[in-house]
Amino acid sequence: MNDPQSPPESPLDRFINAAGFNPRDWTAHMNANGHSGFIGMQYRDHGDIWIELGFDWREDLVGDPDTGVLASGPIISLLDNATSMSVWTRVGRFSPQVTLDLRIDYTRAATPGKSIVARAECYQVRRSMAFVRGIAHDGDITDPVAHAAGIFMLVDGQEWVK
Amino acid sequence: MKSTELPPYARAMGMELAGTDDGSPVIAIDFSPRAMGRPGFFHGGAIGGVLEMAAFAALSAELERQGVAVRIKPINISTEYLRAGLPERLYARGEVVRAGRRVANVRIEAWQSDRTRPVASCWMNFLLSPKKP
Repeated sequence: MNDPQSPPESPLDRFINAAGFNPRDWTAHMNANGHSGFIGMQYRDHGDIWIELGFDWREDLVGDPDTGVLASGPIISLLDNATSMSVWTRVGRFSPQVTLDLRIDYTRAATPGKSIVARAECYQVRRSMAFVRGIAHDGDITDPVAHAAGIFMLVDGQEWVK
Repeated sequence: MKSTELPPYARAMGMELAGTDDGSPVIAIDFSPRAMGRPGFFHGGAIGGVLEMAAFAALSAELERQGVAVRIKPINISTEYLRAGLPERLYARGEVVRAGRRVANVRIEAWQSDRTRPVASCWMNFLLSPKKP
């Protein structure tokens, strides 16, 4: 039961206080709304240091109306989220962080109509930085649409949310 | 894409052309739930999407000025996130550093109320190829 004196629990609270990090649970609660919810990001799978998220092709995510090819913005967002969550997956808990830099190589145009999957891993964590990489594909990971490398800066929780 | 037309993704996100600055279109977006990442701030991917749109627009405008009709494809993008994207209007503008025969290089900056305090800085490379008849 909630104490009537305390502020209502935000979706984030359950992850701040959780013992481990559950990527499926995070996607269901934290990616359901906001920008991730608009893109339609879904949890797919995860392992010890990696996670897979995806979203379906949609007309309002298109960047080239002549061909139906997706805009690259949603692919940046997916890789940003997947790489970010790979850090928490690796360290086994949620920890506030911000994107310091993210580089994405577009290896080919995504096939119109196909869903996009991003597989991301955190390959190193230091005291103040986490190093990540990821691949986005539309069905065959050996023929990717994008490749990402980035760094997250671990920050104090107070400045993370408003 | 013409420099004056935004694709479906950009329109769905609420991006708009907010004039031009020294020949380059300025793309603007108001903060909205669709653009929100961590609670109360712009999503880094949404900022990336605005940066890319500003890059496309700047390059399209430059190619129109040169009278060159080519297809432009993004090769890569690298973004440094400098400050948190606050829940207020965000702007981005690209500067074409070089538009050659095969490749174009564009630098882009995003800012909010104070242009001297950029939110993100970015470069993008594009492949230029002849338009299919």
